[in-house]
Amino acid sequence: MSEPAAAVVVKDLVKRFGTFTAVDHVSFDASRGEVLGFLGPNGAGKSTIIRILCGLLHPTSGEVHVAGLDVTRDPDAVRAQIGYMSQRFSLYNDLTAVENLRFFGGLYGVTAAEFASRLQWAIEMSGLAGRETALVATLAGGWKQRLALGCAVLHQPRILFLDEPTSGVDPISRRQFWDLIHRMAATGVTVFVSTHYMDEAEYCNRLALVDRGRLVALGTPSELKRTTMTGGLLLVECEPLGEALVALEQAPGVLEAAIFGDAFHVTVLAIEPALRELPRYLAARGLRCGRIIPIPLSLEDVFVQKVGREAAAGAMPA
Amino acid sequence: MAESPAAITVDGLTKRFGSLIAVDRLRFTVATGEIFCLVGPDGAGKTTTMRMLAGVMAPDAGSATVAGCDVVRDSEGVKNHISYMPQRFGLYEELSVDENIRFYADLFGISRREREQRAEQLLAAAGMARFRDRLAGQLSGGMKQKLGLSCALIHTPRVLLLDEPTTGVDPVSRRDFWRILYGLAAEGVTVLASTAYLDEAERCHRLALLHKGRLLLCDAPARLKAAMPGAVVSVTAPTPAAVRDALQNMPGLSSLLVVGDGVHLVVDDAERRLPAIRERLRAAALPFSEVVQVMPTIEDLFVASVGSPAGGDA
Repeated sequence: MSEPAAAVVVKDLVKRFGTFTAVDHVSFDASRGEVLGFLGPNGAGKSTIIRILCGLLHPTSGEVHVAGLDVTRDPDAVRAQIGYMSQRFSLYNDLTAVENLRFFGGLYGVTAAEFASRLQWAIEMSGLAGRETALVATLAGGWKQRLALGCAVLHQPRILFLDEPTSGVDPISRRQFWDLIHRMAATGVTVFVSTHYMDEAEYCNRLALVDRGRLVALGTPSELKRTTMTGGLLLVECEPLGEALVALEQAPGVLEAAIFGDAFHVTVLAIEPALRELPRYLAARGLRCGRIIPIPLSLEDVFVQKVGREAAAGAMPA
Repeated sequence: MAESPAAITVDGLTKRFGSLIAVDRLRFTVATGEIFCLVGPDGAGKTTTMRMLAGVMAPDAGSATVAGCDVVRDSEGVKNHISYMPQRFGLYEELSVDENIRFYADLFGISRREREQRAEQLLAAAGMARFRDRLAGQLSGGMKQKLGLSCALIHTPRVLLLDEPTTGVDPVSRRDFWRILYGLAAEGVTVLASTAYLDEAERCHRLALLHKGRLLLCDAPARLKAAMPGAVVSVTAPTPAAVRDALQNMPGLSSLLVVGDGVHLVVDDAERRLPAIRERLRAAALPFSEVVQVMPTIEDLFVASVGSPAGGDA
């Protein structure tokens, strides 16, 4: 990682479709070897940003450099530097594993000389040794997913884009997949992940939270958990549930209350006063209280608070 | 909730497709007013189970009752008491929100007055009261799912079967969705929902964790976590890969996972291993900000009960 660190530089990026501003003055950069996650609700502008980074869409204004190349001036060269793996891996089910690799190799312009060694690498990486000639349709999800990854990186791209890469995959295959991604990143590949699965987000080195075209938070998962939230999160046991929910939502210092099984997760402005006052408040309303204890925040809490709060504030110019 | 009568009983339920056993001797019960989740990755058997419980697919073996009706012998009776929302609920995209609701109300034979009352209530709870004239095709993913739910609830079922209702739905809409489900449960409606999001299952009363058609675990999330052997430890550090390499052959270690800003590991005994982990990191001169025991997630439970695949390369 001694050469210039920034693999992707985005400065003041704006994209408008007619009167609709899909991307609104977004700036960030990503280093070589970084795994950067894009989180946001549907329609937040995640895929527009990614399409611009891939050189598939022209920005309205702003500056975007990918692997040292300007995407507006040199979109074709940019595309040679990137790999893309979509949510529904675009593999051909009626072709074998090797045939799929050959097809994508051709598509990405991998030379015949390189292909043999890359093929070997992809087969080993995806754990498909012995199954090279199996039809893709007969492979289990985890293999398909690793094969799709192999196809996407056969041409050794410097930037890799993943769109909800492990949705619906069993947790063991998912963990293997992320291990591969981290090993790939360690060789200097920059990885972009677009998702609204919070458990995928946990695997990213840094997260960019996008809402209505704007970047509303950027940081490591633990930074976001620490700094995004003004207050903290409490586990509250209180019955009966229905009345307790209504009471908690109206309690002073409470930002949000959600039922989790037989208890609540309550977002509060400040932990200490809430620990002191909530038991009294709930008891005064005839509710039976059990434990009230602070618990660590999840990324989902960050997401809901950040996006919810921004939405409540209305569309404010950046 | 132990005393309430069972709204759903499943006993030895099995379904084969050729040589594939999609659902393998499944057994569980769901109490009235309970929110019960079928949790597992794609191919776990969630949808097949759901279809059998909805009375639209016959099991190969075993039995099940829903709202007191046998799903095989009385599949028509089942349909009177349930609402089933499949993964792709049949919304008419070129009809408005209101028109979709009217269509389902007519299908279920709901009177006009009842429909109006119910629709107003459901759409308010879904936060969609302003969108009654909008075409269903122009709704966001989250709103489409909430409209589907409103349509499914227009006839006040006793049991609600939801097949992956929140797939592709963002976390904010997902919370709305769960709020509605808890409102229904409070009215005594039993909810059986499936999900491939393991973290989402934390929200239900009880869950059945499925893998390849089989039941791995079944209980309340908090009880399952408390019963998991070993301890999950989170290390927050700027160089996760180096931390992994340093801890790889630690005694007492059963799993090691690199995440975005650290590693997660499962060890046999937190008290003994936490100081050992810190020592190792210091000896290797690796910076870290935190080494703490954390609550296991449903994913940790899944991995612990399935075990590592033979020859796993992770």
